[in-house]
Amino acid sequence: MTLAHLRPGEVAIIQAVNTNGFLRQRLQDLGFLPGTPIQARFSSPSGDPVAYMVRGTVFALRRDTAAQVLVDPVGRSSS
Amino acid sequence: MNQSPSHLVALAGNPNTGKSTVFNKLTGLRQHTGNWPGKTVLLAQGSYSYHGHTYQICDLPGTYSLLASSPEEEVARDFLCSEKPRVTVVVVDATSLERNLHLVLQILQLTPHVILCLNLMDEAQRRGIRLDLHGLEDELGVPIIPTTATTGDGLPALKDAIARMANGTLRSHPQPLEIDPEDPCASLYKHAEQIVDRVVLTSEQGCVLTERLDRVVTSRLLSLPVMLGFLASVLWITIVGANYPSELLAGLFSRAEDLLTALFMQIGSPSWLHGALILGMFRGLAWVVSVMLPPMAIFFPLFTLLEDFGYLPRLAFNLDRLFQKAGAHGKQSLTMAMGLGCNAAGVIAARIIDSPREQLLAILTNSFVPCNGRFPMLIVMGTIVAGTVAGVQGGSLSAAFVVLGALLISVLATLVVSKLLTTTLLRGEPSFFILELPPYRRPQIRTVLVRSFLDRTLTVLWRAVIVAAPCGLVTWILANVTVFDSTLFAHLSLWLDPLGRIMGLDGMILLGFLLGLPANEIVIPIIFMGYLSQGTLMEVQGLAAIRDILLDNGWTYVTALNFMVFTLFHWPCATTLLTIKKETRSLKWTLASALLPTTLGVIICTILTKIVSVIGV
Repeated sequence: MTLAHLRPGEVAIIQAVNTNGFLRQRLQDLGFLPGTPIQARFSSPSGDPVAYMVRGTVFALRRDTAAQVLVDPVGRSSS
Repeated sequence: MNQSPSHLVALAGNPNTGKSTVFNKLTGLRQHTGNWPGKTVLLAQGSYSYHGHTYQICDLPGTYSLLASSPEEEVARDFLCSEKPRVTVVVVDATSLERNLHLVLQILQLTPHVILCLNLMDEAQRRGIRLDLHGLEDELGVPIIPTTATTGDGLPALKDAIARMANGTLRSHPQPLEIDPEDPCASLYKHAEQIVDRVVLTSEQGCVLTERLDRVVTSRLLSLPVMLGFLASVLWITIVGANYPSELLAGLFSRAEDLLTALFMQIGSPSWLHGALILGMFRGLAWVVSVMLPPMAIFFPLFTLLEDFGYLPRLAFNLDRLFQKAGAHGKQSLTMAMGLGCNAAGVIAARIIDSPREQLLAILTNSFVPCNGRFPMLIVMGTIVAGTVAGVQGGSLSAAFVVLGALLISVLATLVVSKLLTTTLLRGEPSFFILELPPYRRPQIRTVLVRSFLDRTLTVLWRAVIVAAPCGLVTWILANVTVFDSTLFAHLSLWLDPLGRIMGLDGMILLGFLLGLPANEIVIPIIFMGYLSQGTLMEVQGLAAIRDILLDNGWTYVTALNFMVFTLFHWPCATTLLTIKKETRSLKWTLASALLPTTLGVIICTILTKIVSVIGV
């Protein structure tokens, strides 16, 4: 599944980032790397973009970008 | 050892680590900003003295990394490599060590002379994060100075460490890292993770206040009211608050004008010289400064407060979907909001959009949003129309509705034109949107005032002054040089009249907009100068007096409506055009930014006039 399927509160582990070029570089710089835990936090009023917590920082991604990030779901977490 | 009198110190770090606060606390008011040669990236520079030595500090742009190719990252990397600062202070967010170490480790590859300023210690403490500072020092091999820049805690120690590293008594011994050239990012983060595993003693707690606030600010139900509330408060404070200082400044300038006039009389200068220099140049300049400075000096700090507090990223987050549909970037909402204060500042603000196409889009469409200078024009006309047509008595309520209506129309126009541009001229890959939502933080009032004044108000005002004086001179010449029994001004307005009539305006109004190029604030004074056959800018007091003059000159409610449409949609003022030229470095795009709104304005006015003449209301 991809990051775009993650519902607010759900946690997953990043498997791969399926883009290339500048976007891939930027995501990697921000710590979107295989093996990294990621949590969906909350969505904007229209449902897109969604805010995700990675390595202690919250980043908002649009759905089409989130759909490029493959993840393995882990479950829910309160924090 | 031969010591140079001044040491160069670089300040690096991730965005949102309090780096600018550290910079401001170190330098105080001894700072200025400028562009890195060849790049539109702002570099703040400042200096301070410590034990007889001067330290030149350069505040590098906040970046997450030095690997990618954004202009900010390039500038930061180039500075470290080419300027070879004696000391590089990396400001690190103590609550988010892993991400920050990613950058620290990269900087250590470029220079060993690094001090780690572990900032936001108070926030880390509140969130129950405990760090082994000695362990961190050993792992990295660089001195660590814990600070809370907002209160000034730890800054004396930081100054001391900078001084000792600059004179060679404090040394760093960074450990060599093994970095996989195929995947530098992953190896750097792996190292960062290992260090964090060893030195972070109690794990991260979420920021409760931020989570609660975000639940409200980004909710379906409340996001819109919160946004409108902030917007309305900022605009109201600006418009109402600017009145008094504006009058004060105008009074001061008029006293200065009297003094200068007396001086000119005394030295017996010819009246044309006095007219051109004082009634033309000086009065034009004084007018622009006194109506422009107060609103900007109020609006920009308020805007910067919202920025500092952390609301602005949420605004971009909430509105991104709307802009995405138009092919634009969510952060364009921020440049538009800035445009409400001043379009030139809105154009500069487009730098925060990190993809070139969306950035250009934000620059080209910024003047669709009415700036401070255009609010009074809209309010005056709107109130008169409301009073005349609907019988509504003037007052702050109708003014509020006029502004609200104008804003809605301008936002709609921005989105439609953005959509048009992204499907024609600016077609291409839509780029991506990644936005950090940092925790909400208490704004630093002093920093806000200093930064907003130095970076925004002064920059814009200076550019306005440069154009206001020569344009004042041109206007005076046109109004006072007589050829064939009437002034050049009258000739021009007569010549423009047919075009004006097609748009439901007249030649005088068009000439007012043309000569009002330096600043929209002088459009109405120029029009009144023409209607009243005066030789200098005219201010008419009171709505009733204004309405009578307009009616005498053949205005109807259609004229007033068209005037408001054209106020919203015409060429950007000279200051904004100058700024667009600077930012895009392209004459073509500068022209496009003038043609786009003008075309839209002419079309709407012409159609509106045609419809009214057909229906015959």
